[in-house]
Amino acid sequence: MANQENILPSGAVEGGFSSWFMHKLRMGMSWKDYGRSLVTPFNVLAALVLMVGLPVIASRFIFGLSAVTHSSNDYPWGLLLGWGLFGGVPLSATGFVIASAYYIFGFEKFAPMVRIAILTGFLGYLFAVLYLLIDLGRPWRIYFPMAVSFGTASVLFLVAWHVALYLTVQFLEFSPAILEWLKSERVRTWAKKITIGMTIAGIMLSTLHQSALGAMYLLAPGKVHPLWYSQYLPELFLASSIYVAMSQVILVSALVARFLRNRCDATFLGSLDELTVSLGKASAVAMYVYFVMKIVSVAHDSEWGLLNTPYGHWFLVEMLGFVLLPALVITFGFKSSRAGVVRFGALLAVIGVLVNRLNLSIIVLNWNLPNHLEEMLPARAEVIIVMTLTVIHVLIFRWIVNRMPVTHEEPGFKAH
Amino acid sequence: MAPKLTTTNAGNGAGACDLAGAPVVKTINRRAFMGSAAALGGATLAATSGMAAATPNLEGWPDRFGMLTDLTACVGCRSCERACNEWNGLPAPEKSFEDPGVFDEHRRPMEGAYTVVNRYDVAGDGGGPVYRKIQCNHCNEPACATACPAHAYFKTPEGAVKYDADLCFGCRYCMTACPFGVPAYSYSSAFEPQIVKCTFCYDRIKDGRIPACAEACPAGALTFGKRSDLLKLARRRIENEPERYLDHIYGEKEAGGTSWMYLSGVPFGDVGFPTDLPNAPLIDSTKGFLAAVPTVLVVWPALFGMCYSALKRREAVASEEQKREKDRG
Repeated sequence: MANQENILPSGAVEGGFSSWFMHKLRMGMSWKDYGRSLVTPFNVLAALVLMVGLPVIASRFIFGLSAVTHSSNDYPWGLLLGWGLFGGVPLSATGFVIASAYYIFGFEKFAPMVRIAILTGFLGYLFAVLYLLIDLGRPWRIYFPMAVSFGTASVLFLVAWHVALYLTVQFLEFSPAILEWLKSERVRTWAKKITIGMTIAGIMLSTLHQSALGAMYLLAPGKVHPLWYSQYLPELFLASSIYVAMSQVILVSALVARFLRNRCDATFLGSLDELTVSLGKASAVAMYVYFVMKIVSVAHDSEWGLLNTPYGHWFLVEMLGFVLLPALVITFGFKSSRAGVVRFGALLAVIGVLVNRLNLSIIVLNWNLPNHLEEMLPARAEVIIVMTLTVIHVLIFRWIVNRMPVTHEEPGFKAH
Repeated sequence: MAPKLTTTNAGNGAGACDLAGAPVVKTINRRAFMGSAAALGGATLAATSGMAAATPNLEGWPDRFGMLTDLTACVGCRSCERACNEWNGLPAPEKSFEDPGVFDEHRRPMEGAYTVVNRYDVAGDGGGPVYRKIQCNHCNEPACATACPAHAYFKTPEGAVKYDADLCFGCRYCMTACPFGVPAYSYSSAFEPQIVKCTFCYDRIKDGRIPACAEACPAGALTFGKRSDLLKLARRRIENEPERYLDHIYGEKEAGGTSWMYLSGVPFGDVGFPTDLPNAPLIDSTKGFLAAVPTVLVVWPALFGMCYSALKRREAVASEEQKREKDRG
């Protein structure tokens, strides 16, 4: 894996730092080879999506929100926040869950997964903020709750602070990888020193804001369907973010091992199946716990009668098809030590949490308004923006994994 | 029988003004209230516990104003809508104020309309349609103010819930939180979008005038006054005409109580009022969660720091043992 030109690129010595840096950006290839390497079916598709989507995003900032959303007064939040924030944040609990398992609880075998989990988390939060910046009425005032006017009684005030702080924490947690890539040994030593502090800060911030996203809906008792509304929403959001984080790491690492295999070292690839099975086991156990918590939340408000209504049937689909089923599939997978089965269960679990968050933020919110099922549908431009940001998200993730020591170790450095 | 005196149609607006009290409202300042509680308690410790005990029992600004809407009196003339638009400088509506066509659909407050009147064809023994005016209810403990992370909403001593667009960054959580579906957003503005909602004519009531809609109502459906007086008035009306009114003052208790209250002859659910709201203010539903935050911030570092130390110690012991083993071997 140690490619010599990464340390001292041939033909770039006389060019100095900028030439060396450009060389690193091209992953040691010549301009011509690099350009040629970019022409792949996925990139062509990505370029098409960006060509359509970037102008749509631009139009939001030129003509306002009404240019891209339904501008509904009854549905102030749509797909941008439902997908990007409420869906994206639990899927980004990866950094917090795996880093605490490794650094605080001493699960040493997860070492090969730590960086990919932190990178997934960091980019997830970064993009959650990007979705928010598009959706906010006046995004240039995003710092207001931090510096201008404090709404301390608001759960969203807590979320704003925590997401901002946690984004910083995750950047610092990932910074050793960036510094290794840049061969900056001295700064990296400092960056490594704060690891434990940052990991514990990550636990504090994550437990609070993951649950706070659920607590936000506590304020709307008349609007959230009673089957989903529960005083336990904060706990339910936290619990589901923990199990889905493990499922998400299973998925992301499988995708990287499949599509960026030449960036993965023998340690990563060699331990992948074993770690997938162990993570799956932990994820499934947490899923069963969550399943019971959900039953308790229904029992607590004695809402059994609502189960036999259309919304009740949808609730059962979520509970049985997207919580119990993935847990059973993963259980079967780890009992028979089949990583592939565990991965399939993890995929179901990830979809399940997305379904749950979209339910709360869109599908069962305002369920009692007339024509709800039509009114809640997102505008086409919103779907395009979500696709565009998702493509950019994947491109940036790939760009980093291609260059920085995420699933391999940088020559001359030990990651852990 | 005071209703004639307090009904605020154009004819006897002055009377309503008297009921409303002096132009400048004399109120107990919250801080002063806490201060006196503290003085009674004496010691600092007593002051803190006194405050903790006093806060949940505060019943809001004592002299705050309210409005009583009598749905049985409203004739759907939309004079209130017109007066509101004129006073607040809002654009003329697409369909004129005389056009009954607007009643074909149920509207909600929106950009360009702080208040709307809807018609509900309720099949009751009374026969005719029921009209309902919708605007901000100016809650005692507003969910919008609870939701706002930038503190852009204020409950004023006069009762109005004010919104400051200069502090708002447009997250629109207030719209999700409002149990009455009141705040609207001026989505069409690219650079200065803001929340649009009824101000309770704060710029009038603080000068001792009554809100423009109440002044314009020719049917006596809107009565402005001190909230405490309006509650008495509403009870009197129900008592005097039990066959006309349901025994329910909507807004007395809903979501912690609102400044704007309603009397109706038909069930409130039939004319679009949310009927599944708790009587406790909505802020109570998030208080418990936010109260846990300091605990987490204090306990977690200690707890997980300890986990880490224990881990390090186990490692140290293990390596020590390994070394000893090696020395022995």
